[in-house]
Amino acid sequence: MSTEKKTDPELIHIPPEMAIAEADVRPEEAGEFIRGTSLWRDAWRRLLKNKLAVFGLIVVVIVTITSIIGPAVIKRVFGFAPDYIPTDDVRLIRSFPPFRGPNGEFSWAHPMGTDNAGRDQFARVLQGGQISLFVGIIATLVSLLIGVSYGAIAGYFGGRLDNWMMRIVDVLYSLPYVIVVIVLLSVFRSQTPRGQLILLFIALGAVSWLTMARIVRGQVLSLKNQEFVLAARATGVSSGRIIFRHLVPNTLGPVIVYATLTIPQIMLTEAFLSFLGFGVQAPLASWGSLAAEGIQNIAIFPWQLIFPGVTMALTLFSLNFLGDGLRDALDPQMRTV
Amino acid sequence: MLRFIIRRLLITIPTILVVITITWGLIKLAPGNFYSSERKLPAGIEKNIREKYGLDKPWYQQYGKTMWSIFRHFDFGTSLRFEGQSVNTIIWRSLPVSAAVGILAYLLALIIGITAGSIAALKQNSRWDYASMALAMLGISIPNFVLGPILVLVFSLSLYWLPPSRWGGFPSRNLILPVLTLSAIYMAYIARLTRAGMLEVLRSDYIRTARAKGLSEKDVVIRHALRGGLMPVISYTGPALAFLLTGTVVVERIFALPGLGNYFIQASLNRDEPLIIGIVAFIAITLLLMNLLVDIAYAFLDPRVRYQ
Repeated sequence: MSTEKKTDPELIHIPPEMAIAEADVRPEEAGEFIRGTSLWRDAWRRLLKNKLAVFGLIVVVIVTITSIIGPAVIKRVFGFAPDYIPTDDVRLIRSFPPFRGPNGEFSWAHPMGTDNAGRDQFARVLQGGQISLFVGIIATLVSLLIGVSYGAIAGYFGGRLDNWMMRIVDVLYSLPYVIVVIVLLSVFRSQTPRGQLILLFIALGAVSWLTMARIVRGQVLSLKNQEFVLAARATGVSSGRIIFRHLVPNTLGPVIVYATLTIPQIMLTEAFLSFLGFGVQAPLASWGSLAAEGIQNIAIFPWQLIFPGVTMALTLFSLNFLGDGLRDALDPQMRTV
Repeated sequence: MLRFIIRRLLITIPTILVVITITWGLIKLAPGNFYSSERKLPAGIEKNIREKYGLDKPWYQQYGKTMWSIFRHFDFGTSLRFEGQSVNTIIWRSLPVSAAVGILAYLLALIIGITAGSIAALKQNSRWDYASMALAMLGISIPNFVLGPILVLVFSLSLYWLPPSRWGGFPSRNLILPVLTLSAIYMAYIARLTRAGMLEVLRSDYIRTARAKGLSEKDVVIRHALRGGLMPVISYTGPALAFLLTGTVVVERIFALPGLGNYFIQASLNRDEPLIIGIVAFIAITLLLMNLLVDIAYAFLDPRVRYQ
């Protein structure tokens, strides 16, 4: 490999599409501060033409914003927090249907009804949204970090190292990983909800980087023999710098697309684990744990399941459409799956 | 081909070893023990328990003993919570339940998914195409633990058509809702994969040749296009099996079916070590063998695939 020499990286010929990628633009912002550069703006325009993707984008933005500010607004307007349990109500059944007050009269206070303890379902669903989205995004970032570095290193160095690294990925791929995650979460069960949440991040991030590593490796394999890499190497840029400054930014398109599609997958896995009782613990709530509480009373209080469930389905639906739209916009060649 | 199969089988054995070791290691590394609860046991009783289960020995002896009995006798020991029942008994008793639900769900998903996907591809950009793809996206996005209870709410608790839960023997009405719940997501994936595969194949030269030589549209689609277009569906079978296994966990939980998944959750919650290791190993073996079968089937169906 090349030796460590102090070279000004700006002297290296950078192909235009890479220069754009290096600016670390996300496609949804691309239209705003990168002008006159065709790749990202084209992609953005193509995305806007796709009605379903735009619908997905709008729903995702709305759900995210309401989840973040919603609980605070409810607190301000109605005066209760998501975990507020009314203490003045002595009745046995405290779960009211949507838009109903304690005496069955119409009321704006609980648009999604209340749960068994009398907590406001709407605030709980919004708080659950915070956790679900947070888990999805953080675990995706973890998988990006591991997967991109791993794949890029394997692809760039090639040969025996690549062979071994990819064999490890193959072996991990064939493991029933959700099953292993359940074992991990159950035996290491943390005493605090926060501890369990961190355990969940580690578990989900650690298992979701495999596909990302494969995608990045494939991209790097096809890029590493191009002239700009040769030029970089000839001017004495170190391997690490070539990988992370020159190769990785060029793989950004497929990486963004796959990351967008990873978020709903991880959210689904999180919900699945919380549903089974291994994930988020009360008083924290995620859509999965709310659904798990709701299913116990489905015959009598169906709204306890339906609201978190439908909110989650709608969000995943939108994220999937957005991911599909991004794929079509960024890389029309990748449409196959 | 034979060499490929042998080599894959040789990789399978260390992989199973890795799975069992990871599971065993996780259980041993975790704080606490299966007998520990909120109340502390008297020292004498704790000592007896540790002796009985060999926990007083160093870890490598425990590991060696577990591995030896698994690989020599395929014996995972006795369950700690379901007393007096060996892990093998529990697995073989619960396997038919999971297999029935899983296989039926996958068959249903194949039939409906391939049909819907082919229609969508043949009538691209038509109303059929949009409708089936929107439905497929819905299928991918609705978690099965939401779909299942909603089906129960509609068909059992409102319409009283189908039983809401429990196992009722193999061909029984109890199976309908679990199978539907489990198959929804595969149906959706298979429909999308079929559509994508078919679209690509329908544009290829050999389909044009088939049409040019005057084959009927039916022959073109069924004999030529489907064969090529279904390759992505076949390669999806491997991952699908993995998902199917986790899907059954939820479905068995919702519908209170005495399957492998349900036992696995109970074992995890109870920290029933032999049962956890047994079920994990069993699932890993099934998964790896099925993946191998899929690869072999792939080679037979697609003459372009060559394994060395």
